[in-house]
Amino acid sequence: MSEDAITHTGPNTPSASRALMLLALALCLVALPFLVQALGQPALVPLATRVLIYAIAAASLNLALGFGGMVSFGHAAFFGVGGYVVGILYRNYVDDSLFLGLIPGTSQLLITLPAAILVGGLLALLIGALSLRTSGVQFIMITLAFAQMLFFLFVSLKAYGGDDGMTIRRRNELFGLNTRDDITFYFICLAIAALVFLALWRIVGSRFGMVLAGIHQNERRMAAIGIAPYRYKLAAFVISGMGTGLAGALMANYLRFVSPDMLHWTKSGELMIMVILGGVGTLLGPLFGAAALVILETVLTSWTEHWQLILGPILLLVVLFTQGGLNGLFSRLGLGRSER
Amino acid sequence: MLSVRNLQSAYGASQVLFDVGLDIGEGEVVTLLGRNGMGKTTTVRSLMGLLAPKGGEISFDGRALKGSTPEAIARCGIGLVPEGRQVFPTLTVRENLVATAANRLGRSSPWTLERVYALFPRLQERAGQSARTLSGGEQQMLAVGRALMTNPKLLILDEATEGLAPVIRAEIWRCIEALKAQGQSILLIDKNIAVLKRLADRHYIIEKGRTVWSGSSSDLAANAELVHRYVGV
Repeated sequence: MSEDAITHTGPNTPSASRALMLLALALCLVALPFLVQALGQPALVPLATRVLIYAIAAASLNLALGFGGMVSFGHAAFFGVGGYVVGILYRNYVDDSLFLGLIPGTSQLLITLPAAILVGGLLALLIGALSLRTSGVQFIMITLAFAQMLFFLFVSLKAYGGDDGMTIRRRNELFGLNTRDDITFYFICLAIAALVFLALWRIVGSRFGMVLAGIHQNERRMAAIGIAPYRYKLAAFVISGMGTGLAGALMANYLRFVSPDMLHWTKSGELMIMVILGGVGTLLGPLFGAAALVILETVLTSWTEHWQLILGPILLLVVLFTQGGLNGLFSRLGLGRSER
Repeated sequence: MLSVRNLQSAYGASQVLFDVGLDIGEGEVVTLLGRNGMGKTTTVRSLMGLLAPKGGEISFDGRALKGSTPEAIARCGIGLVPEGRQVFPTLTVRENLVATAANRLGRSSPWTLERVYALFPRLQERAGQSARTLSGGEQQMLAVGRALMTNPKLLILDEATEGLAPVIRAEIWRCIEALKAQGQSILLIDKNIAVLKRLADRHYIIEKGRTVWSGSSSDLAANAELVHRYVGV
C-alpha cells in the first residue's frame, strides 16, 4: 500500500489524457517531415528543425529559470559557445591542426556534441559559481555581463572570423548518414530533443528537482532543513548550461555557420521569450514557446520587416491572458493537463 | 546535548535577547515559555543560525554552533518545525517529505515514509495532493513529518499548535507524546501550559530577552503564581 503511494503519486505520473497528448505530439513530430513533403512544402522541415533546436535551449534555460527561479539573462553564452565548439573543432579538422596545440579537430557529431555539452557545463560552472552569490536583479545583470564579455571576446577573435563568424562547410558526420539531408538532420535533432526532454522530466521529478522547487519557493526554509541552496542551484545552472551548449552545437550544424550573433544578448532574450510564451516552469512549455516564436517570426517577417512590432503585443496578450503561457492555455482547453 | 549560555541577539539596532540560557539533555522534552514578544522565536532563530547572534555561546554535542550557516546547523541534527508551518506549497505531500529526507547521523532505525504515515495517517491519505490544498492542521503535521524525515537529534517545534482546532491540537500533542516515548529530544514552544506541564520534563521562562526562571514540571505546578505572573495574560 505504502509502496503504492511511493510509486504512484508523483505529479509527473502522466494522467491518461496527458499520456495520450504526449503520444499524439510524438507521432506528429515523427510524421511531420513526410506530411509536409506530401503537402509539397519541404521547406517546412528545416523550420521544424529550428524549432526543435530552440526547444532544447529553451527547455534547458527553463530548468534554471522556471524550476530553479534563477532568471539568467546570459544563456546566449552557452548557446554561442556550443556553436563555436563545433566551428572551431571543424576548422582544426580541416586544417589538420591542434586547438591550443593540444586538441585535434573533428567532424564527428558524436564527439562535437559531448564536447559542446562539456564546454557549456564548464562555462556554466564558472559563471554560475560567481553569479549565484547574488540573486534577483543583480543575478540577471551579472549573467548578462558575462555573456556580453564572451560576445565581445569572440567579436575580437579574428582567427575565428571575428564579427563575420565562420562557416562550417559540411555538417558533422554521424554513422555515415547524410546529415546534409534536411529530413535526416531533422530526425537527428528530434532524437536528441526527445532525450533532452526525457532527461529534464526525470530531473524535475527527482529529489533533486523537488529540492530545487523548494529552494525556488523559499531558500531560507530549505537552509533550515539542512540543504545548502547554493550547491543545488549551481548544479541546476550547470545542467542548464550543458543543455543550452548542446542546442548551440546543433544550431551551428544546422546553419553550417557560427557567429557572435549566437552570443548576443538578444539571443538570451529570445530564449527567455520562448520560455515565457510556452509557460515558465512547465516541461513542454518551452517546446510550444519555441514553436510559437520561430513560426511567428517566419510568418511575420514575410509580411513586414518590423515584425517585432506585432510580436510584442502578441507576447503581451499571452502573458496577460493565458495564465501560464501556451502550456497553461492548452491545459485549460482540455488538451491534457500538464501542471509542471 | 544542547547548551545555550548568555545568548544575545538583535534585529539591527534593537536588541531582543539579552541573556538567554538553556540546556537540553538526551531524550528530554523541554519547553520555552513566555508571553508574545519576549524572544522565544528569536531564540529559535538564533539557535538555527537564521539570525546571527550578537554574543553568547551555543554548543550542540560539544560543537560550537554560533556563527554557522543554517544548513550547517541543521546538518548537525537539529530539525526545526518553524512557526507558521511553512511547507512547500507547490510540492505534493509525499514530495515535501521525501525531498529533504536524510539520515545524516546514521541512525540505526531512521524515519521512513511508512513511519511518518503511521504517525500521521492523514498524510498518507493526502500523499498525492499538493501541500497548498491541506488544512492548517494537516500542514502542521506535514511540517513535523518533514522535520522528522531529516532524522534530527533535537526537534524544535515553534508554536506547533497555534491557530489549530482543539481536535487537531490534541492529535499533535498525541504525536509529540509518542515521539517522547521513542526517546526523541524536543524543544517545545507553546502557550498551552496545562498540556506542557504533563508532557515536558523541564521548562524555561523567558521575559524581555532573559531566562528568568527554569524548573521541572512539579516546580512549575508549585510556583503557579510566579509562572502566572510571567506567562499569564
